[in-house]
Formats: sequence, structure tokens, C-alpha cells
Amino acid sequence: MITKEDVEHIGWLARIEINEQETVEYMEKLNSVLEYFGQLDELPTEDVAPTYHVAEIYNVFREDVVEECLSQETVLANTEHKQDGAFRVPKIG
Amino acid sequence: MAKWMSVAQVKENIRESSAEEVTARYLEVIGKSKINGYVTVSDKALEQAKKIDVEGHEGPLAGVPIAIKDNISVVGLPNSCGSKILEGYVPPFNAHVIEKLLAAGAVVLGKTNMDEFAMGSSTETSHYGPTANPWDLERVPGGSSGGSAAVVAAGEAPFALGSDTGGSVRCPAAFCGVVGLKPTYGAVSRYGVVAYANSLEQVGPLANNVEDIAVLMDVIAGYDRRDSTSIDSKTEYQKALVDDVKGLKIGVPQEFFGEGIHPGVEKAVWDAIHKFESLGATWQEVSMPNIKYALASYYIIAMSEASSNLARFDGTRYGFRESAENWHAMVSKTRAEGFGTEVKRRILLGTYALSAGYHDKYYLKALKVRTLVKQDFDKALSAVDLLMAPTMPNPAFRIGEKIEDPLTLYLSDVNTCPINLAGVPSVSVPCGFTEGLPVGLQIMGKPFDEPTVLRAAYTFEQNTDYHTKRPPEVA
Amino acid sequence: MVYENPDGIRIGLEIHVQLNKLKTKMFCGCSTDYHNAAPNTHTCPICLGLPGTLPVLNKKAVEAAIKVGLALEGEIAEETQFHRKNYFYPDLPKGFQVTQYDFPIVSKGKVVIEGEDGEHVVGITRAHMEEDPGKLVHIGSIEKSKGVLIDYNRSGMSLIETVTEPDMRSPKEARRFLDKFRNILEYLDVFDGNLEGAMRVDANVSVHWGTRVEVKNISSHKGVERALLYEIMRQKNVIRRGGKIVQETRHFDEGRGVTISMRTKEEAEDYRYFREPDLMPMRVTDWIPAIRETLPELPDAKRTRFMEQYGITDMHARALTSKIMLADFYEGVCAKGVDPKIAATWTADVFLGELNYRDLAISSYDGKTIGFIHAKDPEVENSFKVQDMVELVTLFAEGRVSDRAAVEVIRTILDGTEEKTPSQIIEEKGLFKAEDDIVTKSVAETIAENAAAVQDYLGGAEKSLNFLVGQVMKKTKGTADAKTARELILKELKR
Repeated sequence: MITKEDVEHIGWLARIEINEQETVEYMEKLNSVLEYFGQLDELPTEDVAPTYHVAEIYNVFREDVVEECLSQETVLANTEHKQDGAFRVPKIG
Repeated sequence: MAKWMSVAQVKENIRESSAEEVTARYLEVIGKSKINGYVTVSDKALEQAKKIDVEGHEGPLAGVPIAIKDNISVVGLPNSCGSKILEGYVPPFNAHVIEKLLAAGAVVLGKTNMDEFAMGSSTETSHYGPTANPWDLERVPGGSSGGSAAVVAAGEAPFALGSDTGGSVRCPAAFCGVVGLKPTYGAVSRYGVVAYANSLEQVGPLANNVEDIAVLMDVIAGYDRRDSTSIDSKTEYQKALVDDVKGLKIGVPQEFFGEGIHPGVEKAVWDAIHKFESLGATWQEVSMPNIKYALASYYIIAMSEASSNLARFDGTRYGFRESAENWHAMVSKTRAEGFGTEVKRRILLGTYALSAGYHDKYYLKALKVRTLVKQDFDKALSAVDLLMAPTMPNPAFRIGEKIEDPLTLYLSDVNTCPINLAGVPSVSVPCGFTEGLPVGLQIMGKPFDEPTVLRAAYTFEQNTDYHTKRPPEVA
Repeated sequence: MVYENPDGIRIGLEIHVQLNKLKTKMFCGCSTDYHNAAPNTHTCPICLGLPGTLPVLNKKAVEAAIKVGLALEGEIAEETQFHRKNYFYPDLPKGFQVTQYDFPIVSKGKVVIEGEDGEHVVGITRAHMEEDPGKLVHIGSIEKSKGVLIDYNRSGMSLIETVTEPDMRSPKEARRFLDKFRNILEYLDVFDGNLEGAMRVDANVSVHWGTRVEVKNISSHKGVERALLYEIMRQKNVIRRGGKIVQETRHFDEGRGVTISMRTKEEAEDYRYFREPDLMPMRVTDWIPAIRETLPELPDAKRTRFMEQYGITDMHARALTSKIMLADFYEGVCAKGVDPKIAATWTADVFLGELNYRDLAISSYDGKTIGFIHAKDPEVENSFKVQDMVELVTLFAEGRVSDRAAVEVIRTILDGTEEKTPSQIIEEKGLFKAEDDIVTKSVAETIAENAAAVQDYLGGAEKSLNFLVGQVMKKTKGTADAKTARELILKELKR
């Protein structure tokens, strides 16, 4: 089952900051859900193919034809953190 | 004007008075709302209606107001998905379904409340507070399209759009006593709908009667080249509405009448099935042995896809941003503060299910179980035309009752989520009441057989009067 | 002679090629013509990853991938599929990159290069399609960054990533592989290598058959040889001092010529690959015959044909086929009836040399004129006409101009801005080869005027002969034929 270290690791992979207390809470709740998920182990599925898409569609393409872009102003309209036409963020770290 | 109008009645009122007056009337009702169904009421609605009066419009929905779930992009209106992390985000493009609605002349009244990022069955996880069920203001309207169902039930919009990933249109339809359809996967374009689980979800209409569902489908359904999963089905929905179910074969899967089912719900649904019998249909029990595993499979797949779909919400280009020394910290703090607890739980679980060492045990396994569930549907539907079952195992519960334990809440999706795994169409229609609360009958069909599904729903409606009942709390 | 590979060097390369000749990006209709545009002016909701957007695949990108696969003698997959590679970085707007994982469109190819010991096969493990992220500009230096600016114009551009087996045994072999690989791609016309960001290389290198280190951010093939030389030296030094090579990712600093460790977090990234649910699988092997028809004659085949058809040397054939437009230019010249061997010398040795000296990269050929742009400053352009080369080669073959004079003509055309034919230039500068009697006269004068040098030569100093020849050339203003001058001097001195 999930340990505290697991919660910290997936917290990092998912980039969600989690404090000490939350780590314990998540661990408990996630474990109870995972226990429920564990019932799938009852089903034998070695010879079953996974279903990625319910409909069997292949070869969906578009032609190489130019379409209108957004203006720079529109692109940046949803943030106040911008400079010289670009999005601005702190150093990567 | 009557408080609750069908689309036909709305159109008649538009002819007799004007689009502007009809929209103004709805805005007035919304202004007095007790249910917190809308996150944003559009300040452009009146102007849009006026324009239609002045310039005229030939479209089938000219001047007809509609409410849109807040995860479907509308230019110029904030798109919150019920979340703090999308604070201030206004999409610069319309969803495909919105383009179709606007071309038909519809007027967008506003964006409706929902569980955050569609993750929930009660609309309680919204950053904007819960929506109340018009039938009992202390109870949930269902979710995640709770706002859309509630405003339709409360007469605050003639009809609405929601989205259904594991039951999110059908559940609130059942709890609020309205009609809600989840179309066949691929029938309606997902372009512009904020993704929760791409391989499971569809946009679905909500209305007070079956005809309005069909009217809406005739406008929004159909092939969209911008959605690679879109299928070119040329179904004509209104044409299917005939009051006749003679000879129709109904399958009743015992697995949908599990242990926890509320006796009032069970009775109402069986009464409905017997009603169909009296109208000339026949029914038989069918077995779908893998259905009990559907819930786990659904949640693993949905959470896995969601963990990836929600990675774009990092405060860099739009929405809420927490400040920090470096970008990775900024992202981690933004997501910790901007997402609610349930969303974070599901992202963590989805990340775990896809992670190295667990991918095969959870994600791949869930996809294989999905195959078995789909096979159950294929097999059952080869023997009958339709399947019928309760939409929800119980009527609307109290606000706050189930929200503490995620697993309890997940279990309420037990009858709706298998349908999303199989991709088949399913509608919930009001079929009675228990303890004063609506009960929904779920009618499921073969892929792209919405015509039979809607015909059955329509026939039931024409021969009962549940759809005429209105919630006394908001009358 | 088999190359021993004494340091046990293994080099593998991952090359990202941008399909910048397609009109639109991989999954949206944004124009690919962003290279001189202001930031964030070639984006749309899809390549910005705005919530609710969906990708639709550019058919031409798939065709290009198949072309590349066939040219690399690889296998095209029966069924191929996109996956999501999930990680967080500011240039990645969706928080995942749409790429290919266990079903790449191309696998198991090869490229033959001139290795340390003759022909050497470099295996191609796979080639697949993926999308480019945006571009980051650090405010300040990378180490002392004050912030980052992000431009998404590049986001969503189509890439083909090719991964080689670690079959290269030296930086030289890596450089040769890249030259050949790039050449093949230019022949296929799937990308314009002169544009910024068109080709990016990551290298994996180990010494003593040991742990490999990844070196990223190599943006030119000159860079790759330098990066590898530095990294190999660094690794050898670490081992010599008793240390261990850590498996890590290092960043190549082109300016300083060093690799820098990029370890940010101790935790390993886990990309959680899963199939992209918004894109459908592809079964496109039935496109292969039609695409094969469109494949141009590839470099090796063209080289062989040049040697057979024009009777030129392997070295000349290699040089001429190293750039498809140069090869076409050469054939354009030969088609006018000049001596192909002489044309080869002048095109492959002199002309190409002058271009390289001036840092001019070939950028176009339209059948009449070959065009170049300056490698560092794309604003600077020039061109050279087929007709001019034909004229020059003809004059030279007829003995009307000397080597020196012909070289001068080429330089004048390349450095000048006026449109003058070789004949006009020769006329104006008086470069027509000196008549024999003028040469004889100049030889006599030179010998008379340079008694000391004559004595030195007769005393055994070979160099003095060159000096004397130089004096004759000076007198005749370079129009004398150097070989003839040398012969005449020797004849006179023997008397």
C-alpha cells in the first residue's frame, strides 16, 4: 500500500505541494480507495486486450493548410505576468 | 409567461413578444434564485437577444436562451470549471457545440455551477459553493453537472448543456427530476470542453422534456474535424420521437439493482418497466457479470487521464498563480492552493496508477476490465433493444452527508459509470418520486441508437405525467 | 585495418529534426513561418494547450516520417500510435508532450559512414514523430537567472526524433554521421537546415565501455565534435583520478566549449507514458509504395552515378553530393557540355572552398542560379549563375585564363554586387592569359633581375624556384600560367 514516501514522491511528480499533515491524510484516503481498486485482481485478464478507444477508428488526419493564429495581445490577455510579448515566470530552479 | 416553458413554448413567446423580453424574463427569475446554480450570468445575453430581434434570425433556436456548464468554452465569459485555479480565465475561442448553438440563434444565459473539474457526483466540490436541489434546498442536485440540471428544474433556463464522464449528466437529471442524455461516445464534439477523462466523456443535453433533448441534439451533434474522436453519424434526433414501443425488447440487468438500492427507487423503476409492458414492450432479465468491477475500472481510467489533463494548470499562462522563488515551486504552490482536495486526491491517485511499477497493475488492468464490461454490454444488447435500470441507487442526499468519505461518493456512480466505459448512449427520465424526491429511470441503447433510446423515453413521457411535476420549493 | 577503439568509446546520438518545410504545425493550422516573428504571434488555442483544445494530426508530417524511414532503410510500423510523455517544464504548455513510445513509426534502419577504418555502419534504433515545445529565454545567464521569458511560437512544430545505436567510436565518426544524416534529410527536402532550431542533437557518450552520460543542447554539428571531445576528456580525467562516472544529463555550453552538470533534483523523472486518448492509431503501410516513388536519388546512389557518368574521382563525387543543391548545380553546368572533370575541380575544390571561406551556406537552386546566405547573418545573401560557371570552365579549358585568374573571377562574383559575366570581369581586370612571348619575356627579365635567387636555387634551395615563379606572376599581373612559367624558368636555368 501507499507509504508517506510514496505520497511525497507522487506529490513531486504531480507538482502539488503537500505538508506533513496533508501527507498523512492523503495516505489514509488514498489507501482506502486503492484497497477498493484491488478487487480488480480477482478478474483473470491475461488473454484480454485493453480497450483504449471504444470505437475502432484509424487514420484521422488534417491537410497541411494554414489557419488563422491568435494575436499576441489575445494570447497574453489571460495573465498579468508578461514582458516584451512573452510570458514571464521566475527562474526555473 | 409561464415559469417553466418548453422550447416550443419559448419560441412561441418569442414570436408573440420578443427574444429580448423572453431573455429578460429568464434573467429576472435567475436574479431571484435560491439555488446558486449559475457561476456567471452573462452580461451580454440581453444584447444578443436584442440583436436577434433587430436583425432577424432563421435558425431553429433563434432567441432561445440556454445555460452552459462552466467547463464548456464560451468566448468572453469566464470558464471556471468550478475551480479557483481558473480564476479570471476567459477563453478566446468557442467550443464546437457553442459555435453550433450560436449559429442556430441561441442566447447564452450564463455558465452553470459544477463539481470542480467535473470530479464529483453532488456539485459540492465547487469553489463557488454547492448548488441546491430545487426539490429540497438542503439536498444536493447531483453532479457534476448539478448547476445545469438544477437551473432547468428551477425554470431558470429552458434547457442546458452538461458533460457526462461517469454519470455527470444523468445523475443530476435523476436527482432534479429532469431529462438528461449522455450521447454515444463520439456523437458530439469535445472540442472546447475542458477535459477530465478524454476516452469516457461526452457533452450531454438537459431539459424538462424529451423533445427538447432531441431539439438540442439536432443542433449540437455531428462530426467536427477538430475532434479526432468525433464520428460522422448522421442521426436525426427529433424524427425519432414517435409514441410507440410495441414489440420493443427491454433487458433488465440484475446487477444494476444492487444491495444498497433504495426501496423507493427500486419500486419507481419497476413500475416504469411495467408501464412499458403495458404499452406493448416486453422485458427480460439479462446478466452482466462484470458490471461490479466497472466502478474501479472507471475510476482508475478517469483519474489516470485526469492526472495528465490537469497538468496544464500551473499558473504560467492563465488563471491563479502563487508566487515563489522558482518555477517548480511556483507550480507546486499554485496547484496546492488552486485545486480543491478532491481534485488533488484524484490527480495523486491517477499519477500513482500510471507510475512506473504500478502502470500495469492499475491502468492497464483497468483497460482490460473495460473490455470485459464493454463485452457485457455488447452481449446484453444483442439479445434486446434497450436496457433499463435505476439511474442512481438512491434519491438526492443531504448537502454535506457524503462529502467526507470519497469512496462513499464514488459508489453512487455504480449504475452510471459502466455506460461511459462502453461508450453507449443512455438517457435518464423522471419516473416517479420517493419521499418527495425525484427518481430517474435510465434507458441504455446500442451505440448510435439514440433514436430507439429517445423513442422509448418519449413514449414513456407521453403516457405518464412525471415530467409535468415542478419543485414546490422554487415555484 | 580494424579500428581498435583504444578508449572504449561508445557514442549514440538522438537527433531532433524540425519539419519546418511543412506549412503548418503538427496538430494545428498555425503557420510554421515564425522564425523572424515577434513572440507569441504564431500560436492558437491548440498549440498553447488552452483547456478544452484537441490535437488533429498533419498528414504531411506522417508522409515525411515515412520518407525518412525509407531513406534510413528502416521498417515502417504496421500500426503506430501517439503517447503522452508527462513532465513539468515552462516550455511545455500542456504539462505533457505528445510523442511516440512503444510503437514508433520507424524502427531498425542504418546509415553507412566513412568511419575510422573505412565504411562503418551506424544502426538506427528508431525514428518517431513528436511535437516541439516552446522556447525559453533566461533573463541573465543560465546559472544566475533572474527569471524566464517564454515564447510559444515554436510550440507544436513537427519533429522527427531519430535515435541511433551507440555505434560511433569517436567524435569524428559522430560528426561524419551527422553530416551524412543531415545530407540525406536535405535530399528528401523535409526540412530547411539553415533555419534556427532546425536540427538539435543530444549525445550519449561513454568511455572504457562504461557508464554513459547524456549531453544535451548541441545545436550545430560543429558543436557536436567539440562537445564530445570535451566530454570524453572529462570522463577520462575523472577515471584517471580514481573517480566514477555518474549517469547524468549534462548541458553543453557552446560559448565556453564545456559540458555542465544539469542535476536539479535527486528524484528520477517518471514520464508515465500512456496512449494519447485524443489521437487515433495509424495504419499507413499502404502509403509506402507511393511514397517510395517520390524518393529522390539519395547521396550514396548519386555519388556512384557521378563517378560513373562523369568519370570524376570519389573525392570530388563526395564533395559534390555533400549538398543536394550543389550536386544539381554541378549537373546543370555539365549539361551545357563542358568537361565534367574540369567542372568538378572548379566546383568541388575552388568554388566550394570559396563558399566555406566566406561562411556562405547554400540555400537555394532554381536550375539557373544557386543562392547562398551567410551562416551567421541570414540577411546577407548572394548567388552564382550556372551560366557563369559554364563560361569560366570553358575559358579555362581553352587555355584562355590561368588558374589564378579563374579563382579571381569566382572571388569577384562572390564578393561583388554587380552582375558581371566572367568574360566582362576578365576583360576589365586584364586577366586574359598572357601570350607566350610575354611570359618568355617576363621569365628572362625575372632571371636577370634576381641573380641571388637563381644562385640559391642552383645551390639546392627549392624554395627559390617558387620565389622566381612568384616574380613572373607579379610581372604578368597573375595572368601567366604558373605551370608554364615554372617550366620556362627551369628551361632557362638549365642552359
